[in-house]
Amino acid sequence: MDLALFYFLILGFAVFMYVLLDGFDLGIGILYPWFESKSERDHLMRSISHVWDGNETWLVFGGVMLFAAFPAAYAGITSTFYLPIMLMLFALIFRGVAFEYRFKADRSRPYWDLAFSAGSAIAAFCQGILLGSLVQGIPEGSSMIASWHWLTPFTILTGFSVMAGYALMASSYLFMKSRSDIQRRASHLGKNLLICVVLAMLTVSIWTTIASPEIQNRWFENGHFIYLSPLPIISLFLSIGIWKHFTRHQMLSGQSEGKNDSRPFWYSAGLFLTGFIGLVVSLFPYLIPRQLTLWEAAAPDSSLTFLLVGVCLFIPLILAYTLWGYRVFSGKVEDYQEGY
Amino acid sequence: MELDVALLSRIQFAFTVSFHIIFPSITIGLATLIAIWEGLWLKTHNPLYLQLAKFWIKPFAITFGMGVVSGIVLSYEFGTNFSEFSNLVGPILGPLMAYEVLTAFFLEAGFLGVMLFGWQRVSRKMHFFSTITVAIGTWISAFWIIVANSWMQTPTGYKVVEGQYHVASWMEVIFNPSMPYRLTHMLLASMITATFVVAGISAYYLFKRKHVAFAKKGLSMTMWIALALTPLQAYIGDLHGLNVKEHQPIKLAAMEGIWPKQEAEVPLLLFALPNMETEQNDYEIGIPKLGSLILTHTPDGALTGLKSVEPQDRPNVPLVFWSFRVMVGLGFGMIGIAVLALILRKKDRLFENKPFLTLVAAFTPSGVISVLAGWYVVEVGRQPWLVYNLIRTQEVISPLPAERVLFTLIMFVIIYTLLLGVYLYFMRKVIKKGPPSMSTLEQQLIGMKAPGYALAWVKSLKNSEEKA
Ligand code: HDD
Ligand code: HEM
Ligand code: HEM
Repeated sequence: MDLALFYFLILGFAVFMYVLLDGFDLGIGILYPWFESKSERDHLMRSISHVWDGNETWLVFGGVMLFAAFPAAYAGITSTFYLPIMLMLFALIFRGVAFEYRFKADRSRPYWDLAFSAGSAIAAFCQGILLGSLVQGIPEGSSMIASWHWLTPFTILTGFSVMAGYALMASSYLFMKSRSDIQRRASHLGKNLLICVVLAMLTVSIWTTIASPEIQNRWFENGHFIYLSPLPIISLFLSIGIWKHFTRHQMLSGQSEGKNDSRPFWYSAGLFLTGFIGLVVSLFPYLIPRQLTLWEAAAPDSSLTFLLVGVCLFIPLILAYTLWGYRVFSGKVEDYQEGY
Repeated sequence: MELDVALLSRIQFAFTVSFHIIFPSITIGLATLIAIWEGLWLKTHNPLYLQLAKFWIKPFAITFGMGVVSGIVLSYEFGTNFSEFSNLVGPILGPLMAYEVLTAFFLEAGFLGVMLFGWQRVSRKMHFFSTITVAIGTWISAFWIIVANSWMQTPTGYKVVEGQYHVASWMEVIFNPSMPYRLTHMLLASMITATFVVAGISAYYLFKRKHVAFAKKGLSMTMWIALALTPLQAYIGDLHGLNVKEHQPIKLAAMEGIWPKQEAEVPLLLFALPNMETEQNDYEIGIPKLGSLILTHTPDGALTGLKSVEPQDRPNVPLVFWSFRVMVGLGFGMIGIAVLALILRKKDRLFENKPFLTLVAAFTPSGVISVLAGWYVVEVGRQPWLVYNLIRTQEVISPLPAERVLFTLIMFVIIYTLLLGVYLYFMRKVIKKGPPSMSTLEQQLIGMKAPGYALAWVKSLKNSEEKA
């Protein structure tokens, strides 16, 4: 297979892993305002404090894979989106340090709560802006670095959509990691968020197909839609699955604790995957829409082959020990013992 | 005043990377020390080792968190502020940093959760394994990033294809001439930094007569480590300097304050104010011929001076000159402390001598300061080049509107100042709280299924602690 294409897939994998893992991680921060007492917030924090660093590492990985395999795209994208990226980094700083300081704080806890939830929300919003402006395309020319093209109604919409999506991931994660009251509220929030996410996915899809003839052609020309139709259909089924699971749990009033508690999480992950594949279908083969294809941006073979060994050897290893780490802390948060 | 994007981007990068390196230089060494203590605990079952590991893991966790968040900024800053640079050298630096993420960052992050929160969730051996893995992760991370940086100092193994830098030989890129020196010097620096942090806090406890048994163990161990590592560091530093002389003569001239095109019988300057306008040093005080002796091993050996290149090809001489003296000065200060500790130990006064304890406590941040000074020598001394003799910093800056960079720079200054304050505040809090008491450890040991005699040992220490 063509090396550049292979790295494109790896990059896609990295971004997807990031969106999935840091999705529920940042989402916990977005859900924070709905959980007000100290013990609830402790619970939320403890559900992720052992994994947030690993989750965020996928962001670093995505960044350096772009740098290594597609340096021209890394240079173009990061400098063009200077402000939203910097804003995202600021937000990530605040939420990241909150993990350590919140548990050690007495008087300053409210500030760390704020740093965590606002930081998570802003980071998610910025990522939505980035996504939206990549889909919408970057105006050409050197002034593109200076303009505010990334701030449009569409990108603001995608900003909020990503927030809703992350919050949905978080509520299904919380559902999996909690019991009784918190679990019940997670399922309640999850249902509302699911409605938001489905509406957002629909609006964004319709908006892009109307606004961008290329994307419209990609989906509807030459009967493409027949091949692509499984994507919306699967999303529909997954959404129904999440809805039903939450509803049933609410009717049983929480007595069904058991193995199935992880189902909404996996369904939400599936929903993310379909959305993500849809996005890749729309943009392929561009890294910067209509300007830079993956082949134009690719690093020379000497770099790509050198990295190949590492990628093939270490990604499976990373997945293995990451999974192990999650299993060490599997089960409900209440069952963890004291920290360090 | 016209704002200069290039200047602002450089200040921002220098500021953010300087902030970042404070934390790795502590965590690399501290992770290693914690792994050593945990190993000793497993081997000897002396509860003091467990107490050391369990206490220092808290400052470690805070420091690590700061390292992570400030590091993520850096990995994007190459692109945001130096886009042209990323494009030109991406094929070389990109894969090196990708390997860093693949082999180090994931490893650290993956096992950190277990190291911090997993004491009761995995077996003691598995926990030890996780701690070791985190420590090794930090070393691997240092390896790759130092490779990347050393290539920018002494580039080899590349070829230029249509203006972009491609790799001709990865072996030559990775094992570039300055890498072995810089890596050894940096890893030693991190070990020394952590050593002096632990020693300083232990000395403080001893000074206050608190947590005495714990602090004695900490101080005694770190003083042995310092005795071994600080002279070694000076020796490696000397070799490092000879390597600079060979590959970056102008940087060396700035370090030593040498102006004439060629100067024989170079003195070793103890004090001078290098003046870039008049191209000479003001108020020189030096030891005649010692510079030549150290750098060429003959008293009249000649060295290349700053005037051998045009003024615009020279770095900021006073900054390099003084940073170098701060690092070396502190380095010799540390050697002095280690030797003093040996003498006091022989006289059985190591834990009582108050002036000595004060001195050690004052040296708590000395490692961090030397590390920063050392990096300023390396990085400022490389200017005006970003990749030595190949790419000029000025030419590869992103064409951003200057106000935006000014805005983010101000934000960074505000946020990082705040964070540093918070970091110090919480470190102080952790230190005031002190190590976990023996009765806490006893309870935790039951959770960890420790052998009977280890429990008995804790019990007896607990009793003596309660009596005291
Ligand atoms: C010699 C050591 C060293 C040096 C010179 C640097 N770093 Fe660093 N960095 C580390 C040693 C380290 C570490 C020990 O691996 C850290 C510190 C604490 C930590 O969490 O990992 C880390 C963390 C860290 C992270 C977060 C990793 C994570 O998500 O877990 C990133 C993205 C970077 N660094 C990137 C950089 C960049 C782009 C640098 C250069 C400009 C840089 N670091 C200099
Ligand atoms: C971690 C310790 C480090 C410190 C304290 C440090 C410090 C500095 C300083 C002070 C400058 C500004 C020099 C000037 O403009 O006069 C600089 C520039 C730079 N350094 Fe480092 N550096 C470190 C490590 C690294 C590493 C590991 C890399 C690369 C892999 C790196 C890449 C750069 C780049 C790209 C610049 C360009 C900006 C410029 O020249 O101003 N640095 N650094
Ligand atoms: C005592 C004698 C010492 C000597 C002769 C010495 C020498 C040097 C030299 C020549 C450089 C610059 C290399 C370059 O420009 O490429 C350097 C860099 C550096 N020094 Fe030192 N050093 C000494 C002590 C220390 C100590 C005690 C520390 C910290 C604890 C330290 C930390 C560093 C660091 C972090 C760097 C930059 C990174 C590197 O090159 O490894 N040095 N040192």
